[in-house]
Amino acid sequence: MNMAAMANPLRTNDAPKDNALRPEPAAAPDAKLRVAGLNFYYGAAHVLHDVSLEIPPNKVTALIGPSGCGKSTFLRTLNRMSDTVRNARATGAVTLDGEDVMAMDVVQLRRRVGMVFQKSNPFPKSIFDNVAYGPRLSGHMRKPALEEAVERSLRRAAIWDEVKDHLQESAYALSGGQQQRLCIARALAVDPEVLLLDEPCSALDPIATAKIEELLFTLKDNCTLVIVTHNMQQAARVAEFTGFFLLGKLIEFDKTEVIFKRPSRKETEDYITGRFG
Amino acid sequence: MIWRRFVNAFMFALTGVCTMLTVSVLFFILGYLIYQGGRSLSWDFFTKLPAPVGETGGGMANAIVGSGKLLLITILLGVPVGFLGGVYLAEFSGAAFASVVRYTADLLNGVPSIVIGILAYALVVVRAKQFSTFAGGFALSMMVIPITLRSTEQFLRAVPNTLREGALALGASKSRAVVTVIIPAAMRGILTGTILGVARVAGETAPLLFTAFGNRYWSPGWFQPTASLPMMVYTYAISAYEDWHRQAWAAGLVLLSMMLVANIAARLILSPKGVQRA
Repeated sequence: MNMAAMANPLRTNDAPKDNALRPEPAAAPDAKLRVAGLNFYYGAAHVLHDVSLEIPPNKVTALIGPSGCGKSTFLRTLNRMSDTVRNARATGAVTLDGEDVMAMDVVQLRRRVGMVFQKSNPFPKSIFDNVAYGPRLSGHMRKPALEEAVERSLRRAAIWDEVKDHLQESAYALSGGQQQRLCIARALAVDPEVLLLDEPCSALDPIATAKIEELLFTLKDNCTLVIVTHNMQQAARVAEFTGFFLLGKLIEFDKTEVIFKRPSRKETEDYITGRFG
Repeated sequence: MIWRRFVNAFMFALTGVCTMLTVSVLFFILGYLIYQGGRSLSWDFFTKLPAPVGETGGGMANAIVGSGKLLLITILLGVPVGFLGGVYLAEFSGAAFASVVRYTADLLNGVPSIVIGILAYALVVVRAKQFSTFAGGFALSMMVIPITLRSTEQFLRAVPNTLREGALALGASKSRAVVTVIIPAAMRGILTGTILGVARVAGETAPLLFTAFGNRYWSPGWFQPTASLPMMVYTYAISAYEDWHRQAWAAGLVLLSMMLVANIAARLILSPKGVQRA
């Protein structure tokens, strides 16, 4: 494995002309995450083309688009989960509160930018140990403090009442929707500033989905949320801002109501109205 | 038309007979061992030393303890090497290096056990100028390493990638994720593979011939020759005495029972019911 390229993919800028042509991001001082001129490659495949985007704090931002349009890849560059893929390479800039994400210690970055995956992935441990995993990573915590953190996270993820009597039981005993909320609680336990959600409801039934969507509303007080979704209704329901990806390009990014009611690009309108995808 | 039906019936019968043959070999061995060895099994067999030549009775207590000591060395020496190597292979090494190591391990697994015995003889016995329990355990360790390595690697690779990502996304370093999430998730399988590997080498005779050597008395320590069950079977089976033959059958029965128990234990650990208790 080429460690040098892996450790810091955005630094390896093989195409200097990208830099010269990179559009300066519009001034938005309160952006939590700022992405400018991001290009991403898996080996020879160019999967993200010059994406620039600003994610506002304490809001829900949805990323929509057809399968394979690069929205998940984009999400994964925000906490550098993309580093784990061999031969992956990125150019451009991503900043978190003005700090260069690509230069940051990846462990620190991922504690500040949490992630919830498409398929719920509880560890083969007890419910308690799942939620306590993150806090335990960041150092020794006394038992009362740890218990408190676990309870707080489970409450924030709206699953406390369902599991409070079974904290020592295996997380695998929970239903799919509960497992996904447990994974959200696990991500919240380290108090991330940003929470990335990669199609968190795609494997869930409508009731479990509704619970998670409700949850997103309560979370954004303390957290910036970015959600990738296949489901346009979901984006319309939960997000203040929406970005539309197509073939690796960010076609349009605006307030959700603008995207859904008065999209300025024809591609967006075609997708929204169900003409393709 | 008739010919086709005939071929069909013939092949059906042939495959069925071969299947039955496979199964019956084990039951034949087991039945024969119980028939021949069961009569010689007694409390004495487990508690007494071999009787002097010419006397009847006696047991194989020293060989049972000797086999236990050999396996203990195997578990302490060989299993950790195989396990850690498997972890490196599955989680940290590059693909090209991993495939080379995997191939090497498979070759090592195929090396005749007598050759492993010669190696242990040259490396340990010749230098120490002494046959020993340790030399035997060393030989068995070398045999268990590739088995443990391959099974560890396989079970680690079977852990879903979503678990790896989950741990990394929480800010765990790669090694921390491996230790706290990936290995525990695969532990059941790794344990099973290890038990089966140890059970396999427990029955090896050839590597012990000129390492542990054999002993008709209690082995005084780790660096002296020791008796072991497979060696006892070998020595007693080719002897001239009827009584020894019976004892050889009994030793074979004990050895096979131990392996059956180990196999069943491994299956139980790996059973789906066990997974839920994770």
